[in-house]
Amino acid sequence: MIRSDILREIAPILRDQLVVCNIGLPSQELHMIDDNAANFYMLGTMGLSSSIGLGLALAQPKTVIAIDGDGSVLTNFGTLPTIANNVADNFILLIIDNGSYGSTGDQPTYAGKRTSLAAVAKACGCENVIECQAAETGKILREAIDSGKMTVIVSKCESGNIKVPVITMDPVVIRDRFMKAVAG
Amino acid sequence: MNISKQIVDDFVANDISFVTTVPCKQLGGVIEEVEARPEIYHIPSNKEDEGMGLCAGAFMGGKRPAIIMQNTAIGVTINTLVTLTQFYRMPLPMLISYRGELKEPVACQAEMAVHTKALLAQLSIPTYHFHKKEDAQELDAILKYTFMCNKPVAILTDATFWGGY
Ligand SMILES: [Mg+2]
Repeated sequence: MIRSDILREIAPILRDQLVVCNIGLPSQELHMIDDNAANFYMLGTMGLSSSIGLGLALAQPKTVIAIDGDGSVLTNFGTLPTIANNVADNFILLIIDNGSYGSTGDQPTYAGKRTSLAAVAKACGCENVIECQAAETGKILREAIDSGKMTVIVSKCESGNIKVPVITMDPVVIRDRFMKAVAG
Repeated sequence: MNISKQIVDDFVANDISFVTTVPCKQLGGVIEEVEARPEIYHIPSNKEDEGMGLCAGAFMGGKRPAIIMQNTAIGVTINTLVTLTQFYRMPLPMLISYRGELKEPVACQAEMAVHTKALLAQLSIPTYHFHKKEDAQELDAILKYTFMCNKPVAILTDATFWGGY
């Protein structure tokens, strides 16, 4: 399974939740698979999906799922201690770890080599860290939502991309409709 | 009145309830005051761009955020300011320690100080400079302006303002 297969499979679960989605192909794929107002698409700013998601989770009570990539977590490693030390039980960080920088042409990341993001998250102090295989992602995500505990999921999948259109929606529109979904 | 307390009073009066900080000696008193206030959720960040991400999320969650950092952070956060805060039109008061100005003992700080205002101007970020104690009286109006126009706004506070090192 590649990232877009995971997104397709978990789309029905994501639909009822606030989702902050990582820059590039992940956002473009989610937008194509199931665009809705409760998705916040990042159009730039690599690395900050988990930070935006945590800020959102701390500010209001609804469940927030931040979809991140292995490359993006590597670029903002400081996020993991911040998450561990500011527990928001309505926050789930879903790292889709395909061991590569997908949006830039599948260059390998260190997460696909010797570095375990799940081990790093645990070392940073995150309490509920689950590494799973791509096919289990939906089940694990559902359980994490139901647990009411802040959870970091590292879903290991194959690298590879599908053809998707870029998002042409204006960022202020994305933000405005997302904020209405948050408040609604 | 204690200037740090006065600044955080203005934050609270303007309903700022989510503050991220990266440590600074000059701003130490303000950071302590932020930590002490029950009205504010204080979340230290490891890097200023991470902090701006936290603030963006908090804003979309209905809270008014602010970031406290040094001017060196302008170098760290240009991409985030442009592609997140400005692109999505989000308000963000940035209380900044303006290191490298008069009375600065560390030469390296001057290197970033000479670029600080030029970078902020290039980014079209409204910028205010607190040099004398009474300049802080404008903070309340600056915060209201920030949340009126949905922009990042810089408040530079130099060593003279803080009473030297
Ligand atoms: Mg990847």
